[in-house]
Amino acid sequence: MDTNPHIPRAAIIRDRIQEAPTVFTLRLEPEGDTSVPFRFTPGQFNMVGVMGLGEVPLSIVSDPSDLDFFDHTVRIVGRVTGAMARMGPGDRVSIRGPFGNGWPMDATRGRDIVLVSGGLGCAPLVSVVNYVVRRREDFGALTVLHGVKNPRDLFWKERFSRLNGIGGTRVFLTSDTGGSGWEGAVGPVTNLIENISVTKKTTAKICGPEPMMIATVGKLLDQGLAEEDLWVSLERNMQCAAGFCGHCQLGEMFVCRSGPVFRYSEIKNRLGIRGL
Amino acid sequence: MTEESRGFLERERFRELFDRLLVRGYQTIAPVVRDGTIVYAEVSGPEDLPRGLRDLQTPGSYRLEAEESGRFFAWANGPQALKPLLFAPREILWETRRESDGALSFSSSSPSPRPLAVIGIRACDLSALALSDRHFGKGPFPDPGYALRRRDLFLVAVDCSHLADTCFCVSTGDGPEAQSGFDLALGELDSGFLVRSGSEKGRELLRELSLPPPESSMEEALKIQGDRARSSQTRRLPSRNLQNALASRPDHPHWNNLAARCLSCGNCTSVCPTCFCFSEREEPALDGCSSLHLREWDSCFTAGHSYIHPAPLRGETRFRYRQWLTHKLDYWHDQYGRSGCVGCGRCISWCPVGIDFTEDLPLLLGEADGH
Repeated sequence: MDTNPHIPRAAIIRDRIQEAPTVFTLRLEPEGDTSVPFRFTPGQFNMVGVMGLGEVPLSIVSDPSDLDFFDHTVRIVGRVTGAMARMGPGDRVSIRGPFGNGWPMDATRGRDIVLVSGGLGCAPLVSVVNYVVRRREDFGALTVLHGVKNPRDLFWKERFSRLNGIGGTRVFLTSDTGGSGWEGAVGPVTNLIENISVTKKTTAKICGPEPMMIATVGKLLDQGLAEEDLWVSLERNMQCAAGFCGHCQLGEMFVCRSGPVFRYSEIKNRLGIRGL
Repeated sequence: MTEESRGFLERERFRELFDRLLVRGYQTIAPVVRDGTIVYAEVSGPEDLPRGLRDLQTPGSYRLEAEESGRFFAWANGPQALKPLLFAPREILWETRRESDGALSFSSSSPSPRPLAVIGIRACDLSALALSDRHFGKGPFPDPGYALRRRDLFLVAVDCSHLADTCFCVSTGDGPEAQSGFDLALGELDSGFLVRSGSEKGRELLRELSLPPPESSMEEALKIQGDRARSSQTRRLPSRNLQNALASRPDHPHWNNLAARCLSCGNCTSVCPTCFCFSEREEPALDGCSSLHLREWDSCFTAGHSYIHPAPLRGETRFRYRQWLTHKLDYWHDQYGRSGCVGCGRCISWCPVGIDFTEDLPLLLGEADGH
């Protein structure tokens, strides 16, 4: 962390995209002192605040080489995200961050990347998709496995279908319930794992609800993927985002500082325990 | 390490210590009786201290009663530690202002505390202070409010001579005598105090007091007093290091027994000298043009503490009690190199249903099918 976590700065909304009825993306441009450029790694998050209401932790979904702006994709779940949904270009939010450890991008250069996401859990992985697609020759095969509960929960449908086939990228979608007009598979996202072949070059990055991540990890390990090539992103209550307030603790870890992205082997003893 | 100086301060000269601190510009905080308990508050001299009082502490109970020796410190700790003096229970972090053109500006709210002298700190609370320093002082951006309040402290410790029934500092290695982290430490006898320095600041002040050296009989009396206090302590932790001992038993059935008694009220975390959790919230001005962002002490026993949409991760009391105790005695080792418990026993006295985890630990550490 190289920015002061104890005071926010302002960011102006430059664009707002409605992704789904309750999901939208804000494109933000930092204001004020720009001598400290906003640099991040995919998988890191910001505390984004609405004056008078509070802050929420949001994953950064844009590409780190876009230096003039960054994007957050948000689902309306409470007061703060509800207020953000009503904001538009020219409005301001507060920003603290970026915080935490992101995905290992440099360290997985040249490898085949498998991304597995569930529900809104895809937000922290969208930045990885963007990153790999823009540096296509730096990486091997890219496979995206994405599951939603219900077909109406799927957003970025266009983006997913455009992505499919570009530079050998393969996208597999599934829905727990299926339904008329649904072209993807029906069933849990773990069923999609049969579509990939694990090699020594494979790295998997997983994000979603904890039971889904555990099931995914289990299947990938069965297929022969090594534990050290598995990465997960966790979600906890975040308030200070700098390892002081205690809310995000998972075992001995402050997820805001040691995560939210972890190598699976670092965190495996703390996963799957109810109420931890 | 500065060299230790020692001197004997007669009871009649105790005021001189307060006067010296005043001359040096300190606001002096010391124990006083308030609402039937002993708490830290601003004092002007020894007459404000709880002289001639004893405390009776048992699980779920705290009472004061008269005591004969006329000593100033014939009691163990009250509910407060140093924590509220440094980690403010409520603190403004920054103020946001919105200009007419919609631009936002932020100003941080730095406290400007007066240099503070605290008289009467016990060994357990000095250990807790060292732990808080590790937590709030870490990283390239230490907690600003804590750092400012911490900077100009003058700490006068007191060795414990009268332990409470709820104390277990001997087993945690933190008491009953002050070991480090103080400027001056007092050992109290009926006739006065044996004063020793623990820092250069303390040495200077001790020099100003120009005290006679202590007689060897006084040193001997204090040693006997300390040994007696030590051997009177019956409560203990099974081990100073329970790393992995609790984390490896998340499903032990005794967590349910604890949860059946625990009210999830958070009293234990409020009185614990090392609990550091806080929550942040906004307090908007009525005109809509500005808002305060503040923090308040929080507790892992509240539902909101672990909330992520759509429900708290620790919805049940057993998960909250398990989190609190496992964090305190187990995860702290990974986070800060030692247990987060300093044996002060406050969580036992101030628990409204009298939960005493020193009694529960052997059960939690035992085989699950053993009972």
